Amino acid sequence: MSDFLAMGGYAAFVWPAYAVTFAVVVLNIVWARRTLARSLAEARRRLSVSGERS
Amino acid sequence: MTWTWFHRLGSPPYVYALAARLTPWFAWPAAVLILAGLWGGLMLAPPDYQQGEGFRIIYVHAPSAWMSLMVYTTMAVAAAVGLIWRIKVAHAVAASCAPIGASFTFAALVTGALWGEPMWGTYWEWDPRLTSELILLFLYLGYMGLRAGIEDPQRADRAGAVLAIVGVVNVPIIHYSVTWWNSLHQAPSVMSLAKPKMPLSMLTPLLLMLLGFTLFFVAVLLVRLRGEVLSRERTASWMREAVAR
Repeated sequence: MSDFLAMGGYAAFVWPAYAVTFAVVVLNIVWARRTLARSLAEARRRLSVSGERS
Repeated sequence: MTWTWFHRLGSPPYVYALAARLTPWFAWPAAVLILAGLWGGLMLAPPDYQQGEGFRIIYVHAPSAWMSLMVYTTMAVAAAVGLIWRIKVAHAVAASCAPIGASFTFAALVTGALWGEPMWGTYWEWDPRLTSELILLFLYLGYMGLRAGIEDPQRADRAGAVLAIVGVVNVPIIHYSVTWWNSLHQAPSVMSLAKPKMPLSMLTPLLLMLLGFTLFFVAVLLVRLRGEVLSRERTASWMREAVAR
């Protein structure tokens, strides 16, 4: 296990590379869902405002 | 051959519903492929005869770099379709691509730097491949900045589309930079037409990662696309049903 983590002496390069990539993957999921949730809330607000007027 | 499928893809309510329905069909296979690729890349693939275990950075670097180019190309094509046929949904696709592409271009640059230091002895060099990839990041950021700076969505769509289309010349420049100029970066080892330059035990996890990341892109794009489509509609009647809790 510690051999695996040591990555033949390249641990300081391999693991940060994996960490950055998977941070980007996770952030893409979080950002996309947040953007959609915001658009949904905004659309609901718009529709309820126009619904009161009509 | 009928074109109804194409016309339907221009219809916001149809696309909104379709995107919602398709998302899990891309997201779950992406998760499985990426996990399989990670297992193969970290546990099964043998160490490289020159780079030892350090070569395993390829399993995150190459998919990130592939995403940076593939997403940009998708964005430029969608922008061109939107500009030529005046299709709102196509512009929404282009706008959804930009943050995804920018983030993976960032990942490609950082993982590349982390690979460059132990193998070339430097994190950064003003080398054709590295410089053109950095320009790609600026193209994405410029596109997003331009859109954000224009209030009228239709003008933002058109101005952004022109930038995206002009910037697409950078894509072949990045791809061929290692062949056209003397670059530190190695020549393509997967996407070469000659026979593969890697044993299957190294190549298979890489192909799994490339496919997994591609499906991941589609899944994230579909989620973002729904938001973009909604924000472009003001009070269309179909939205009442779509946004109902």
